[in-house]
Amino acid sequence: MGKLAIETRGLTKSFGTTPAVAGVDLAVSAGVVYGVLGPNGAGKTTTIRMLATLLHPDAGEAHVLGYDVVRDARAVRSRVGLTGQFASVDEDLTGVENLVLLARLLGYSRPRARRRAADLLDAFGLAEAADRQVKKYSGGMRRRIDIAASLVVTPELIFLDEPTTGLDPRSRNQVWEIVRGMVAEGTTVLLTTQYLDEADQLADRIAVIDHGKVVAEGSSGQLKASVGAGSLHVRLRAPEQRAEAERVLAGVLEVSVEPSADPAALSARVSDPERVARSLAELSRSGIDVTEFALGQPSLDEVFLALTGHAAEETPKEDAA
Amino acid sequence: MNATSTEQASAPVALRSVLSAGERPPRPGPVSTSLTFGRRALLKIKHVPEQLVDVTMFPIMFTLMFTYLFGGALAGSTQEYLQFLLPGILVQANVMITMNTGITLNTDIQNGVFDRFRSLPVWRPSPLVGALLGDAVRYSIGSAVVIVLGLVLGFRPEGGVVGVVLSVALLLVFSFCLSWLWTMLSLILRTPNSVAGVSMMVMFPLTFVSNIFVDPRTMPGWMQAVVEVNPITHLVTVVRGLMDGSVPAGEIGWVLVSSVLLVAVFGPLTMVLYRDKK
Ligand SMILES: Nc1ncnc2c1ncn2[C@@H]1O[C@H](COP(=O)(O)OP(=O)(O)OP(=O)(O)O)[C@@H](O)[C@H]1O
Ligand SMILES: [Mg+2]
Repeated sequence: MGKLAIETRGLTKSFGTTPAVAGVDLAVSAGVVYGVLGPNGAGKTTTIRMLATLLHPDAGEAHVLGYDVVRDARAVRSRVGLTGQFASVDEDLTGVENLVLLARLLGYSRPRARRRAADLLDAFGLAEAADRQVKKYSGGMRRRIDIAASLVVTPELIFLDEPTTGLDPRSRNQVWEIVRGMVAEGTTVLLTTQYLDEADQLADRIAVIDHGKVVAEGSSGQLKASVGAGSLHVRLRAPEQRAEAERVLAGVLEVSVEPSADPAALSARVSDPERVARSLAELSRSGIDVTEFALGQPSLDEVFLALTGHAAEETPKEDAA
Repeated sequence: MNATSTEQASAPVALRSVLSAGERPPRPGPVSTSLTFGRRALLKIKHVPEQLVDVTMFPIMFTLMFTYLFGGALAGSTQEYLQFLLPGILVQANVMITMNTGITLNTDIQNGVFDRFRSLPVWRPSPLVGALLGDAVRYSIGSAVVIVLGLVLGFRPEGGVVGVVLSVALLLVFSFCLSWLWTMLSLILRTPNSVAGVSMMVMFPLTFVSNIFVDPRTMPGWMQAVVEVNPITHLVTVVRGLMDGSVPAGEIGWVLVSSVLLVAVFGPLTMVLYRDKK
């Protein structure tokens, strides 16, 4: 088996006339967290469902852990874990019943299945909720039992479809810890997210997808670099000087300068860090007092905007909670 | 939320040890996985016992209603009508309960649990077979309710215990096979409600245009012809015969053949749809 955990070429799937995935090429190395970032309807779930052998591609091919997802579906299924976007355990059953059920299906004997379920519940901080019906779990607990259910047999690769959508920051952190733990144990993780900071924090590499196509691919640093050196943020002592400051900055930086929501602040996307220092000098020469002057890497939000022409989180997400 | 902060802090360590401890046991066979899915159905009954309402209340309602509403008019006395009707009601109750299979399956598909089952390396039909096995428990409960009620009201099966047990066994077989029609429907239709609606549309003519409630000889000729090809009619004839102490061998053959046909047609269709779902 090569070093690639996932390799797809021209993966395509339409529903009726809706192209959900329109030719996706991915190359995911083993042992990394790979983030697939895209807004609602971008085709993330459809892609994962094809990779997890739940959906036949219309065209293109995909190899997961070296196996063809169509021809060797069974081999793929026995090596990967899937945590779907929505309920992926039986809500009527208790946490422990769900895990024992899965362990039995995967070949554990009854006593071993019980032990494995108890160990998993412990590790996921769900021991006290073991005998409660999953429908009575909180959102964070639900997500953890969903993930635990994919780890009954430690998979070589796990798909997590929007593992943190709708979670509060604390639960989100717990899921992040789980993801980091899995990679540390050598499992490859492919996760989808609509949250830029999540991709930024967790993923070694990111594919940005939009309308069923990969619009950019790389590490978060590379994606940011592809958009420019970074953003310059300037805050003035006197808001009335903003127009003049804008003119000065635009002259030195030779890029367009945007007024921020803050009436005393300005920002600009710069490509040449050289000019940034000169612009500061130029501002003071013009008698403009600066209280803040910061050069930051562009956020993934800005990256997304630059790549797709629209913001990443423009659509409401209530329905995905 | 009841994960304490200490649990949270220890989670990564515990997680890593639980991950590295994961074994890869030998893959279980189709019988084992089907039984495990059957067990899931039983656990669901245990947690949501309300779902047995249709299995118990519906047959009771029908038996009482038809016996006392129509008994006098149709057979001269309620007692005589009960003797005629009860085997038919038993069949109707079971056949109606089969519809639940499709509705449950559709609900599973809608909420995503089936994605997980389909992503497991198990014999592919086992979630469906398991669900149907779990339903056998529902049929048995429904049958027991009808028979006990009948006995209380004065129904006397000449065929004795053996006749009754054989009837129920045959009913279970037929119901199991008929369920594949509903599993197929539930993979085609989008919502549990539409599955229920379409099932009703099939079920009503199937059970009423039969010999469950009246002797077909009172019907016009063309309708007798329809009744004659309705598999429910043959099933009712068999159950009536067995409970009455006779063994209608030819009719039993008819029922077994139609059972096999139902699975042979709708089983593979269901599996094709199941594999390509969405
Ligand atoms: N079963 C289906 N039938 C018809 N259209 C579908 C189906 N599944 C997805 N689609 C359509 O395909 C497109 C991609 O959907 P997909 O669920 O893959 O997006 P997503 O990136 O997962 O979005 P979200 O962030 O909302 O989960 C959407 O336009 C969606 O409406
Ligand atoms: Mg999705």
